[in-house]
Amino acid sequence: MSATKQSSRKPLLPAILIANDLRAGDVLFRGAHGWTRDPAAAAIATTAVDAEALEKIGGAAVARNEIVDAYLAEVVVDRDGRPTPKHFRERFRTLGPSVRPDLGKQADFAHYAVAAE
Amino acid sequence: MYAYDEFDERFVRERVAQFRDQVARRLSGSLTEDEFRPLRLQNGLYLQLHAYMLRIAIPYGVLSSRQLRQLALIADRFDKGYGHFTTRQNLQFNWPKLSDAPDILDLLADVGMHAIQTSGNCIRNVTADHFAGVARDEIEDPRPVAELLRQWSSLHPEFSFLPRKFKVAVTGATEDRAVLKAHDVGVRILRHPESGEIGYQILAGGGLGRTPMIGKVVRDFLPKGQLLAYLDAIMRVYNSEGRRDNKYKARIKILVHELGLDAFRNAVESEFAVGPNWSAEETAELARIAPSFSKIAYDDLPAVSRIFEAAKLANPTFAEWVENALFPHRVAGYAAVTISLKPVGGVPGDMTSDQMRAFADLAERYSSGELRVTHAQNLVLPHVKLDDLFDLWRTLGALGLATANVGLVTDIIACPGLDYCALATARSIPIAQAISRRFGDSARQREIGPLQIKISGCINACGHHHVGHIGILGLEKRGQESYQVTLGGEASDNLAIGELLGPGLSADEVADAIERIVAGYLAKRRPGETFIEAVRRLGVNAFKSAFLRGAQDAAA
Repeated sequence: MSATKQSSRKPLLPAILIANDLRAGDVLFRGAHGWTRDPAAAAIATTAVDAEALEKIGGAAVARNEIVDAYLAEVVVDRDGRPTPKHFRERFRTLGPSVRPDLGKQADFAHYAVAAE
Repeated sequence: MYAYDEFDERFVRERVAQFRDQVARRLSGSLTEDEFRPLRLQNGLYLQLHAYMLRIAIPYGVLSSRQLRQLALIADRFDKGYGHFTTRQNLQFNWPKLSDAPDILDLLADVGMHAIQTSGNCIRNVTADHFAGVARDEIEDPRPVAELLRQWSSLHPEFSFLPRKFKVAVTGATEDRAVLKAHDVGVRILRHPESGEIGYQILAGGGLGRTPMIGKVVRDFLPKGQLLAYLDAIMRVYNSEGRRDNKYKARIKILVHELGLDAFRNAVESEFAVGPNWSAEETAELARIAPSFSKIAYDDLPAVSRIFEAAKLANPTFAEWVENALFPHRVAGYAAVTISLKPVGGVPGDMTSDQMRAFADLAERYSSGELRVTHAQNLVLPHVKLDDLFDLWRTLGALGLATANVGLVTDIIACPGLDYCALATARSIPIAQAISRRFGDSARQREIGPLQIKISGCINACGHHHVGHIGILGLEKRGQESYQVTLGGEASDNLAIGELLGPGLSADEVADAIERIVAGYLAKRRPGETFIEAVRRLGVNAFKSAFLRGAQDAAA
């Protein structure tokens, strides 16, 4: 799972690109202008073309050894335009351990923790 | 305790230097992730759901105060101030950076520790009875053998690329507290029934995971001096015959099952007959290792402590804690004390760095500077004077470590699950917390009596759910977390796999379901009958209707 998964099937949309920072291991999201730790700042692909572009960016960053394990995750977009992953696994990745609300992104980005409730 | 000699020390230091270089090459881009992954895994470094995770080997569950303080220092300097004790007697840090991993490994090497072979298809950290060396039912201390196996298996060139991971457990007692039958290989030190000679019984082919199997006796009695040669033979048969075409069928349990015990045994014995003989080396090395485990200077004390007896009478809360925390020591006037890492509503097995430091002090003051980690994710102070128990308990209370629930319904084993683990299909810890809160009342727990609940967040069964009296397995069902409940498992000499009670439950239905099962037990038990005894007598089916009735109520 190290390289960006070149999915043979069409990505489920809308979607965001999730990865891990190579050096820190931290979960990252591809934003409009680079990688961000803030899930609310993730760029949302709404078309297959957008999704493919995100995947390409992920693949290139993997090849440059900046990130690992980049993949697209389907999201729902709330009224404020913030993405929440549809699957609970990825939802936890945008928040942190549910049993330690003082740790992870839910602690660093309180606005998102509330939005994800 | 065993202390590294110059060879151990050099070996571990060299390994850290190698990994430092490998990390540097990864960060500079000269190693790809595909090239680097096996190297980091061989040093216990995983990439999990939120971050890297470092799994540190605690050989046969034995730690010194000095080592625990070093773990606390690592937790503060390189992690988020806590660690997680696992069902394999290991410790996991959940937030280390890749770039810090070499420094962490150096700090571990400073105190004779490492993370080698805590991952990968090799012989993993050897586990042992957590009451080794102090139990009254012990024939011989298993730690010298466990240490011998640690040295033998560390980077063993022939067994570093096995078909799959390989777990060895050792006990020297008559009661199996190391769950030998759930391991790839189990080594039991015993006396020959006729000659009285001390030797080994060898089991193989046990394991939990996707296909739970109960370990079988391969050799009834193996004389001393032949252990390494015999294990070599088992490993060779497994290494050459074990399946490599299918990861889910690659453990030795599948080989033993598919060949049949007799054919497997014949293959091992044939290999043993022609293999090299390590008898002289084995005997010499064991003789070198053994004295380091028998250095505790016990005082000559009466079997009954007046201070202890008076404290129990004067303080009922202390008496409640004592009920389950104490294990009889082979030396009069002493006890081995189990310290619960399961505060009501807490995360099973987690310990903060402050608790680690304070506990290290306690181990020094009351237990010769030594502690143990149990596979049930608790700690043990193995050499406490009965006279000191009350003072110990008061200090533990101030640290939040005096929960009086060892062996009871809230002493729950739970894997990290989907709160941390990349392999998990559902969360485990919140389920443990909900059950713990539901049954948190001390009087109620004691009324229910011994009951082991074990929770895994995926089929790999790190939470040992198959062998829980009540087992809970978290899966995904139609995009939701879903929990299967099993009944009648047992993690003892009578190792048993639990039976499924019915359809999966949602997370918020689990505590209710456990409550119905427990109510069924309380209604039907005979005087003095424990939960698992009642399940054995009544059968799993007797509990199904209560379980299903509730599930239907929830669906309606």
